[in-house]
Amino acid sequence: MSTMRAVEGWTVKPLERFVNEAGARLTLLMTPAGQVLAQFGFTRAVDVMAAAALGAAIVSSTAEIARLLEEPQFSALNHQGLRHGIFVAGFDSPRGRLLALVVYGTNSSVGLVQLFFEDFVRDLIAACPVPEERRPVLAEDFERELNQSLASLFRS
Amino acid sequence: MDRGADAVTGIRFRRLLDQVTRVRGVRGALLVAGEDGLVVAEAVMEGVRANAVAALTGSLARRMRRTADAAGIGFPHFLHLQATTGAICAVPAADGTLVVAIADAEVNVGLLRLALLKVAEVMA
Repeated sequence: MSTMRAVEGWTVKPLERFVNEAGARLTLLMTPAGQVLAQFGFTRAVDVMAAAALGAAIVSSTAEIARLLEEPQFSALNHQGLRHGIFVAGFDSPRGRLLALVVYGTNSSVGLVQLFFEDFVRDLIAACPVPEERRPVLAEDFERELNQSLASLFRS
Repeated sequence: MDRGADAVTGIRFRRLLDQVTRVRGVRGALLVAGEDGLVVAEAVMEGVRANAVAALTGSLARRMRRTADAAGIGFPHFLHLQATTGAICAVPAADGTLVVAIADAEVNVGLLRLALLKVAEVMA
């Protein structure tokens, strides 16, 4: 059973290709605020929400370190464990800045993930539709939109 | 201080790779962190995607190691991938590093193997 879910359909094909080529176990595509656009491999909503929040927090923390070091930006970081590694990277797209959190196992490597991530970013940028005009976020829409996103990610 | 140390390490690796690239028909040589598939040092011709070769050769070497292990034939000492217009050869060195060469199809594989093994020995 496929465990890929996307809130935005244009992310599906690039994500499918990426997870197949890089051998990723889990992948989250999200905004810097932690709003999930697509996910692969997660089976529980609570895990997606936790991973998205933590991934966004990691990027915010490293952005602050970059600021202290007077670096314009860190583009990617990797944490290597015994059985798993995590790769977190940000990139600019027509939809603004996006983040990806990738968990890989011993069947892959940071080199492979990095390599195919470049293709993933290119594919996403090519597939990304022209952004709609931004609407103000209204309190009455927020919960409905949040529930719609979670239903898209975990429809049964 | 750190920059000096880096420069010395860089020169050392460069000299090691020169032993491989001076073999006629070699287009490039790389030291690859085998488990990570990342480039440690490179001396490649323009147009060769060193990071892609490093990542994919690292992955190939890991799979070949598992294959050899499953077949009960021990640890691979030399990998040779012959393609239509060239070849990739790799030798595992100390602590999981791979010495990799990208060569033309007409390269003297025996000579290249010796050069790769020599570099791997020095790395140890």
